[in-house]
Amino acid sequence: MAARPLSMVAAGEEAVVVEIRGGRGLQERLSSMGLAQGKRVRVIKSIGCGPMLVAIDNVRLAVGRGQSHHVMVEPCVG
Amino acid sequence: MAVKQQEKEIVIALAGNPNSGKTTVFNELTGSHQHVGNWPGVTVERKEGVVRRDGRSIRVVDLPGIYSLSAYSQEEVIARDFLIDNQVDVIVNVVDAGNLERNLYLTTQLLELGIPMVVALNMVDMAERLGQKVDVERFADLLGVEVVPAQATKGDGVAEVLERAVSLARTGGPMAPRSARHNPEIESELAKLEGRIRLSPGSDLPLRWLLVKALEGDQSALARLEDCAPDGFEPTQAIEITRRHLEEIFGDDIEAVIADGRYGFIGGLLREVVTQAATVNRFSLTDNIDTILLNRALGIPIFLFLMWLTFKLTFDVGGLFVGLMDSGVTAFGAWVDSVLPDGPLGSLVVDGIIAGVGGVVIFLPNIAVMFTIISFLEDSGYMARAAFLMDRSMHMLGLHGKSFIPMLMGFGCNVPAIMATRTLETREDRILTILISPLMSCTARLPIYILFTGVFFPGHGAWVIFSLYALGVVLAVASGKLFRKAFFPKSVSPFVMELPPYRMPTFKGTVIHVWERTSLFLSKAGTVILAASVVIWALGSVPWGVEFGSGDSLVGQLGRVMEPIVEPLGMDWRAAVALFFGLAAKEIVVSTMGVLYGSGQGAEGGLHKALGLAFTPLTGCVFMIVSLIYVPCIATVAAIRRETNSWKWTLLSVGYSIALAYTVAFVVYRVGMLVGFR
Repeated sequence: MAARPLSMVAAGEEAVVVEIRGGRGLQERLSSMGLAQGKRVRVIKSIGCGPMLVAIDNVRLAVGRGQSHHVMVEPCVG
Repeated sequence: MAVKQQEKEIVIALAGNPNSGKTTVFNELTGSHQHVGNWPGVTVERKEGVVRRDGRSIRVVDLPGIYSLSAYSQEEVIARDFLIDNQVDVIVNVVDAGNLERNLYLTTQLLELGIPMVVALNMVDMAERLGQKVDVERFADLLGVEVVPAQATKGDGVAEVLERAVSLARTGGPMAPRSARHNPEIESELAKLEGRIRLSPGSDLPLRWLLVKALEGDQSALARLEDCAPDGFEPTQAIEITRRHLEEIFGDDIEAVIADGRYGFIGGLLREVVTQAATVNRFSLTDNIDTILLNRALGIPIFLFLMWLTFKLTFDVGGLFVGLMDSGVTAFGAWVDSVLPDGPLGSLVVDGIIAGVGGVVIFLPNIAVMFTIISFLEDSGYMARAAFLMDRSMHMLGLHGKSFIPMLMGFGCNVPAIMATRTLETREDRILTILISPLMSCTARLPIYILFTGVFFPGHGAWVIFSLYALGVVLAVASGKLFRKAFFPKSVSPFVMELPPYRMPTFKGTVIHVWERTSLFLSKAGTVILAASVVIWALGSVPWGVEFGSGDSLVGQLGRVMEPIVEPLGMDWRAAVALFFGLAAKEIVVSTMGVLYGSGQGAEGGLHKALGLAFTPLTGCVFMIVSLIYVPCIATVAAIRRETNSWKWTLLSVGYSIALAYTVAFVVYRVGMLVGFR
């Protein structure tokens, strides 16, 4: 399956994080806040060019549009 | 250093994620024995409290809420430097039981520091309601630290946390904290590196933690390794070689592999200790509320409505008590006047102190209401939503939503607002936010508005005040754009922010919060405002024999010198004096007017009448606008200086705000005259 950026995932859809690009800082930051490789992400809100609201287990994160381009996801299996 | 006590003081550091209930645990632990200071070198608030157990004093330090021990934000740097450089006896790691996996990510890093640790498993009630059962004993066993279930909002378990921490500090810790085991390849490389670096004897730097961090590309961890490395060993080189080697093996970034390893360890641990009876979504209520509050069409109107409501409540509810306070102050002034003999002493007390300090203290209810609402917005979780909603608008300034939180806090007081910029990651963002935050109208300016709207716009107070706050925001936006263009034409920094579940703020937490701020106001009234009132009274009384506060007195002469400056704005010398002394603190504007116009008759009496004669509705507006925009107070200027660590930015902020105040006031006055307002 082809990976695509999180920013392309529509509200209500789920996906699995496969890679975080965009440098050391962002990688560590997102991982420590719960958005890490292998995690299932559900997009709650995604409006135009505003920030995205995503759910990872019991965490709700606001992720800037720019950052969401760096998080690569694949469709969930099962 | 502090004076050595008979038995060594125990230092406990509270660490945990934001929203893990750490502050509630801290409040429960220390009660009213709290002290708010600053971390050395930075204006980040440092909260600590000293409690006594069995004759020993225990210092509890509340570290900033963090997600990781990396050096991503200033808060993380402060927390980790404190843990590494200070003699911390025990770490109390507050963990949200309803969100174990993510919270334990920080825990795995804290474990690597090798400091004895107690995990406070907070909000167990919530977790149980979610159908989650934690085998606490097994949990403690696998982590290698003490684990205590707690429900800090009810005070449950907090005493036990303290007890365990103290006994751990006494014995030095029977249990060795177990570090998260990384991937075997990484472990073997770590062991090799550990073998090659021998720290100087007596050093208690956590070597393993430093190595892991350096492998993750952490520059300051690497610098520390450089400092303590033995001759013939080059940490930078060795780490780089190891790093490349490992990345070849895994075909992936080493940080990703390490993060993966941490979550792997946590996942395994949770499978053993947590039994999930049913999957209940903890966020079902929060998500439902958010569909409304973060709604594309409704979100911003609701936010604006809440802001308007804030001012309305501040004005109306606070106003109920202001009348009472005012009558009290007036009656007190009249009583003192009748008791004290005529002469300088009576005049000092009635015309100076009661008119000045009393004129400001009567606004305490408004200020308390404002801080209560701001504290509620913060603790309930709505503040983060406001930041989310405003992210797009903030992008116009080249800032992101997170900068909006310090700005909102500025409505309370600019000093904590400037401190709150610590959550911003880049220096550019911080400076920009610091420069525009003073335009957020703080509670100290509120008495001026309430006084003037009471005289000139009775019945429309909330609307006039809301407009003034809105003007401040508009000017902040415009100034932000200007500063971004002029000084930081670079791109926007990353925006990642957690939206915590909505929570009902605890009564105790709110009371502590509001008390901290209002007591600051009261102590200001007792010191700076009192001193200013006395000074102005003295200036108004000399040379002896002149009519008090008249143009012939010293303050009058001073005012005449400044009058030409404010004359184009339609104001007289008294207004100039009030604004001048208001540089020290905005409340002094009102207290000065109380002294110069009011003569101790209370706000409803002489001062209202005198202002009605000295100002028109138009010049009243102009006066409020100047008060809104020009330098907030000395304390804010000092905070800007400390926080930016630069005189250049500080002077720019001061100069800019004065120039802006004058320009806007001039335009409003002239345009107002042209269209026929008076």
